[in-house]
Amino acid sequence: MSTTQTQVPAGTWNLDAVHSAVGFEVDYLAGTFRGQFRDVQVELDTADSGARIQGSAEVASVDVKDENLAAHLQSPDFFDAERFPTLRFVAEDVDLDSESVVVRGEITIKGVTKPVEVTGTLSEPMADAYGNERLGLKLSARVDRTDFGVDWNTPLPTGDQALANDVTIVAELQLVKAA
Amino acid sequence: MTKVLAISGSLRSDSYNSKLLRNAAELFGDEVEVEILGGLKDVPPYDEDDDHDGAPEAVAALRAAFAGADAVFISTPEYNSSVPGHLKNALDWVSRPLATNPLRNKPVAVVGASTGAFGAVWAQAELRKVLAAIGARVVDGEVAVGHSPTRFDEDGTLMDEDLREQLGEVVDALVSAVAERHQLIRTAA
Repeated sequence: MSTTQTQVPAGTWNLDAVHSAVGFEVDYLAGTFRGQFRDVQVELDTADSGARIQGSAEVASVDVKDENLAAHLQSPDFFDAERFPTLRFVAEDVDLDSESVVVRGEITIKGVTKPVEVTGTLSEPMADAYGNERLGLKLSARVDRTDFGVDWNTPLPTGDQALANDVTIVAELQLVKAA
Repeated sequence: MTKVLAISGSLRSDSYNSKLLRNAAELFGDEVEVEILGGLKDVPPYDEDDDHDGAPEAVAALRAAFAGADAVFISTPEYNSSVPGHLKNALDWVSRPLATNPLRNKPVAVVGASTGAFGAVWAQAELRKVLAAIGARVVDGEVAVGHSPTRFDEDGTLMDEDLREQLGEVVDALVSAVAERHQLIRTAA
């Protein structure tokens, strides 16, 4: 991938939640299953010395195409929303000097915090139609859900498991610079 | 006071699982009220057509018993390597609608007794799977009372000390899970 120099003005960047998406992708049976979280918070703080990004998602806001599946995902079998209502990510010293982004941070799922490497792309800051500066940040990270105690599975007649352990967490963010 | 709904998966009047359940009930202590569920035999087969505009009377009572309990303790026999049909049927009724059913996040313990050697371990495993799918918080710990006709005295007391200890550990795990849940709910309020 080619990289170009990107200059992100210093300041605080807040999430445009309506035009952003945070979710997960995991292989299930013959395809890839996707879900999103509707209630997401992200804040990016940029300075000349580097940037800090922190985000969270409420498990109770998990959005899939079946309400019974949403209920199962919130249960102790999966995210255990009652005990662990929030998923978190935080990274310090984020380098935003190029289009290609590599972020090393910590992710917390089901009360378990582990280091994670997040990769993605950063768009050139642009001026929107409302007088705001805005940038786009697309990030993804692969985690083994069983490292976080998200262990549910069900065996197939072949003896294989129905659900993969590797899960890709995907964030497509539009961030607006605070005035 | 904490309220535990105790369910024997065996309907037989002299059931070993009912005896095991009464032994567990005695281990809960004074701070816990144990209600032994009756009426399981009256619950009709699950039929979604019967679940509109008011469920059958036995089902309404069943759902109310689950809703009113802080935790559930089940002792299951094993029928053909699995959960007795009437017990699974009762849980199917309780689980509807899934997203708001009274077992969601509710601590549940599972133990079992059988006349065979293995103490209903397969039925217990399947029952834990079913309860987890419904959204319950199934606590760790297993008590498998095999050769059950030899395990209880004339008064129905479980005689094996190791099994009594295991039963006590499951009871303690359930009580701890209830305390933790109450704390969570208080914190969230």
